[in-house]
Amino acid sequence: MNLIELLAEPLGYTFMVRALAVTVIAAILCAVLSCWLVLIGWSLMGDAVSHAVLPGVVLAYIVGAPFALGALVFGFLAVALIGGVRDTSRLKEDAAIGIVFTTLFSFGLVLISVTPSHLDLNHIIFGNLLGVSAADLWQVIILGAVTFLILILKRKDFTLYAFDSTHAHALGMNPRMIGAVLLGLLAMTSVVALQAVGVILVVAMLIIPGASAYLLTNSFGKMLVIAPALAALAGIIGVYVSYYLDASTGGMVVLSQGAIFVLIYLFSPRQGLIAHRFAVRRRRKNLQHAG
Amino acid sequence: MTLAIDVTNATVHYGSLLALDKASIQLERGSVCGLVGMNGSGKSTLFKTIMGLVRPDTGSVLVNGTNPLQARKSGAIGYVPQNEAVDWDFPISVREVVMTGRYGHMGFTRRPRKSDHEAVEQALARVELTEQASRQIGQLSGGQKKRAFVARCIAQEANIMLLDEPFAGVDKRSEATIIKLLREVADQGGSVLISTHDLHALPNLADQAILLMRKVLMQGDPQLVLQPENLAMAFGLDPMNRGEDA
Repeated sequence: MNLIELLAEPLGYTFMVRALAVTVIAAILCAVLSCWLVLIGWSLMGDAVSHAVLPGVVLAYIVGAPFALGALVFGFLAVALIGGVRDTSRLKEDAAIGIVFTTLFSFGLVLISVTPSHLDLNHIIFGNLLGVSAADLWQVIILGAVTFLILILKRKDFTLYAFDSTHAHALGMNPRMIGAVLLGLLAMTSVVALQAVGVILVVAMLIIPGASAYLLTNSFGKMLVIAPALAALAGIIGVYVSYYLDASTGGMVVLSQGAIFVLIYLFSPRQGLIAHRFAVRRRRKNLQHAG
Repeated sequence: MTLAIDVTNATVHYGSLLALDKASIQLERGSVCGLVGMNGSGKSTLFKTIMGLVRPDTGSVLVNGTNPLQARKSGAIGYVPQNEAVDWDFPISVREVVMTGRYGHMGFTRRPRKSDHEAVEQALARVELTEQASRQIGQLSGGQKKRAFVARCIAQEANIMLLDEPFAGVDKRSEATIIKLLREVADQGGSVLISTHDLHALPNLADQAILLMRKVLMQGDPQLVLQPENLAMAFGLDPMNRGEDA
């Protein structure tokens, strides 16, 4: 079997084509958002919101509303509760995040278990890439496109918010509003990615690509290109490898992203561990020569 | 003529902590004013009050004769943050930082026009950072970092500049450049409010000084305000260490 056959064979199945499409869309969207999340320091917040949307999605399913709406409501509810617990008790933010999102997530689990439905718990938690229906795919495409468009059009405001929100305030902007929009987009993104890798692994796609790109460049504009490119590549690799190894698809996608991160962490020319070691050794040698 | 900054009887509490006690300051157009006081004396709170980040319990704040929100929206208020408030690892270049000063002049997607690019290059030239403009912001020296943020205010065309500890960790050459720039800003009708520990630089720089200890102890000529007996009121001792020498 040559390489072309190797790549073409899975594409003979509609479910594999859809799986690839959903993976690439979710990976790109999550990766773009992750650039801001890692710089603002919202990785944990990404974890929290992506879990907390679960009861919203289930309730939306029960009443027949769009999933995104339920996710938005519960995404904001989670952020409000986290802020509330943090500000009105002696608890620090990490504890507030841990309490709020696990409680909301559990609420979602309980809702699923008592709702007579086609909703499969395993699919929501671990993703269901191989069972993507045409309707699912359209939802992912539309939701993904809208979210992506807002992120890209308002990217400069988000970046200023991440870098210097006081300056944004001084210019008459409303930093709280910018932050709220970003969190709303995070909730929408969670719905898209939930389909691909499930609730538990969404957070990986929301952190790893941005973190990887951050180790490669000093330009935010380049991060916004590198992160989605890496994530899409990892997504494609993950889907193919899972096909041939008959392994968990969501798991393989995230594992690929993790592997790429490790490579960058070690070998990045500027920020990598090995380049850093060499620089230290060189400096030491120079010092010895000088001495 | 309307005052650039007119704070009257502003009182601010953080919870039960009194941060600002009926503070009143007036800053005229075309002048530089130094804000002197210990850590915790309310300097940062006063800045936040002027910027509208903190709303005083009592008293009023007018900026350019209007409320702080209107003043901000008109782009009048430029801000140079403290070193500690900036993420120096952020993947942003010096030029991009200065460009953020122009955002108030731009539309929905903040797409720069030719005039924006020109304003940024001129501001960079004025603070002598043209050569370093493509560097990541954290790769500048302490003084260059401050100059980059001053350039952002200049590009913004702010007529009121608030600088929080602009001389902390700054070399003498940068300090001189910044002082010269701020004097130019004031001579062209801009107003500058600086909080600083660097009392030696003040007489050259400022037309006025304010001694703050939650309340305004004194506002007047820097030479007068920096008299040892006056500083002792704010610091409990003479921070310029003139006692032993004199």
